[in-house]
Amino acid sequence: MTELYDAPVAARDDDAPVIDAQDIRIWYGSERGPVKAVDGVSFSLRKGEILGLVGESGCGKSTIGRGLLGLLPPGAEMDGALRFKGEDLLALPKKEMFAKRGAELGMIFQEPLTRLNPLMRISEHFEETLRTHEKSIGKEEIQRRALEVLRLMGIPPTRYRSYPHEFSGGMRQRLMIALALVLRPAFVVADEPTTALDVLVEAQIIRILHSLRSEFETSLLLITHNLGIIAEACDRVAVMYAGEIVEIGDAREVFSDPQHPYTRELLRSTISLSTTGLSFIPGAPPDLVNPPTGCHFHPRCPDAMNICATRHPVQHEMPNGTRVQCWAADLAHGRAPDLTEDDTAPLVREEISVADEA
Amino acid sequence: MQTKRDVTATGESLVDIRDLEVHFELRGGMFKRLLGMDTGTVKAVDGVNISLKRGEVLGLVGESGSGKTTLGRAMLGLARSSKGSITYHERGGEGQTRERVVSQLKGADLRSLRTDLQMVFQDPNAALNPSMTIEAAVGHPLKIHGIAKGEELRPRVAAALERVGLAPAEQFMSKYPADLSGGQKQRAVIARAIILDPEVLVADEPVSMLDMSVRAKILQLMVDLKKDLGLTYVYITHDLASAKFFCDRIAIMYLGRVVEIGPTEEIFADPKHPYTKALLKAIPEPDPNKMVPRDLPRGEIPDAAKPPLGCSFHPRCPEAVAECGWESRDLRVLLEEHWTRQETTSYEEEQALVGSLDRLDDPQKTVTLGSGADSARVRGLLDRIRQENPSEPLWTGVDEISETGDGVEVRFHQGFDPELRPSGGVEVACVLHPKPVTVEPYRSE
Repeated sequence: MTELYDAPVAARDDDAPVIDAQDIRIWYGSERGPVKAVDGVSFSLRKGEILGLVGESGCGKSTIGRGLLGLLPPGAEMDGALRFKGEDLLALPKKEMFAKRGAELGMIFQEPLTRLNPLMRISEHFEETLRTHEKSIGKEEIQRRALEVLRLMGIPPTRYRSYPHEFSGGMRQRLMIALALVLRPAFVVADEPTTALDVLVEAQIIRILHSLRSEFETSLLLITHNLGIIAEACDRVAVMYAGEIVEIGDAREVFSDPQHPYTRELLRSTISLSTTGLSFIPGAPPDLVNPPTGCHFHPRCPDAMNICATRHPVQHEMPNGTRVQCWAADLAHGRAPDLTEDDTAPLVREEISVADEA
Repeated sequence: MQTKRDVTATGESLVDIRDLEVHFELRGGMFKRLLGMDTGTVKAVDGVNISLKRGEVLGLVGESGSGKTTLGRAMLGLARSSKGSITYHERGGEGQTRERVVSQLKGADLRSLRTDLQMVFQDPNAALNPSMTIEAAVGHPLKIHGIAKGEELRPRVAAALERVGLAPAEQFMSKYPADLSGGQKQRAVIARAIILDPEVLVADEPVSMLDMSVRAKILQLMVDLKKDLGLTYVYITHDLASAKFFCDRIAIMYLGRVVEIGPTEEIFADPKHPYTKALLKAIPEPDPNKMVPRDLPRGEIPDAAKPPLGCSFHPRCPEAVAECGWESRDLRVLLEEHWTRQETTSYEEEQALVGSLDRLDDPQKTVTLGSGADSARVRGLLDRIRQENPSEPLWTGVDEISETGDGVEVRFHQGFDPELRPSGGVEVACVLHPKPVTVEPYRSE
């Protein structure tokens, strides 16, 4: 197997972004008004790059994953610019988007057992997938391609004609990945792919996801709430809070020197082997129908200043390429010269009660 | 409402588990049942000895299928024990204790035990009745055990809710579970568990369904409750990181057995069982300078209805040696693994050569591959596989490969099933611990 943390895929001239999302907004309709699940999110992914998307439940990370693939439920609206290899996905007719899904845009789901048909053999799953996209493909070609991708996932060819229930949980997740990759999509969204798995099997799957870049040159958007997985599998990380990306940058940089207080507190509240005391973020993520004014994080932020409650911070890029959206970070790096003393005074708030939590 | 007890771990046993076995019969098909044929047994807990000390936090750690939840349920009499005993030393007046054998209790006696032993479940969405208000749910144990009713209920429920941080209680009492967030629901579940003032809480993965940022809060609550109410905890988890923080002692479980048990510091400073080592290595750490290790155990926890011979962990163990119990099913895994590295044409050739692998599925110590005519080629294949990876532990377990008239016969060494033995400050069930002085090589099973 390949060693993890190999050098990032070398930049080439033809390295235009595979996915380029600019100012994506997604709203859901609800009885109380529109839910701003994703509110102005921008990022791009190059060939073979793995971007981790992390945040608490309800911060909009799964919504983005689905939005990128055009899988939003009825009643949701999406706006912004979304380009896949230069092509505008939001302007595509439904039929063409359908053809792209699977063939060029893949998805790996959380619960493999609910996504595999219990009445179909593994071979039939591959036949269905391949025939949908390549009508004239022959049976031998299907088997050749299926066995090749199964082999890379560590599933022996002896199991090709088995049924889903004959596999263990980890094997099923490998099957899901194999099915997503058999068409060699250039971009894959993996939504919490290891949440249902045990820790040893989880580590095996992380290895596989990490090796995708060398085997398939696939760009991967890995959605998870586990910061440990991001640190081990991703090149870059985007931290989401209340529908916005508050910090995005090289995973090592962000983890070793987090700029946004939310990133820092999220890292501190993760229970790891080096944990000696418990730390947590008070309160819960806000209601996205009516998010707080100014910076959405200010009611829970330990560093909040007066300005944070009134004016929304602007995203700034640091010298190392990390983009962060925070008044306190701006102040620390001398990018907010026009703030008055009153603006930067610590914000006086009501204390958040213990019970008010996610 | 609660009285404060002495909370330091005293070394005094509170619950003693002796040779406990919890077996579940598989039902099988109707035909087999009619003929009274053996349909198999799942040994969920298979010979466990643990004593829970008063005031300690004991961690039961393992993957799904290791039997940790079944063991926790058995302690409350929620799973019938097939063999062995669980004894609860109830504290009476003036330092006296009364012994109650949980594994023999039935009906009303068993129910009355729950005033002393309570459980916190994994999934707070499933543990609360969606049509009961929080007040009714948290107060329910008081009604069931006839401790309070009517007017007396409300103040006690309010006190329990405020004790777990759901304050002001009036704001939560009339709500339904659906109105609460995940963390709040888990707090309500904990309030229900402590309202009877129990001595022991068995917490089955109390934080694993919760968001990362809430886990620390619920663990902190449990730490506070232990201190204030003098509780003794059994903390069931698959997450060694939270166990390290929370537990005084840890028992690592694998396929129904305890494979390593000892004080938390000792286990983490010097993990001995290869399974413990693997679990430790596999924890994803939010530290960018650590990487996923190469030598993770392969495969997954085996089927408890057909456990491996010898040590249950040997098929996945990177340190396995000759006497670990190698057998025919391991050979099947080896061949299949080899084929994941072959081109389709050579796979088909080799498969035809070896023949059906199904005959390897029944555990055997001697197996024959291929047919008489092809024996030289089958042997050549095995030699090739061995050369691919000579350090594969399975080869240490092969006693002899010989060509017979019917094909190639592979004979494995006799293995044995290691018992829990003291090694350093812990107890380990592994042939490698304590370091063998002179292990007589291949003791029969």
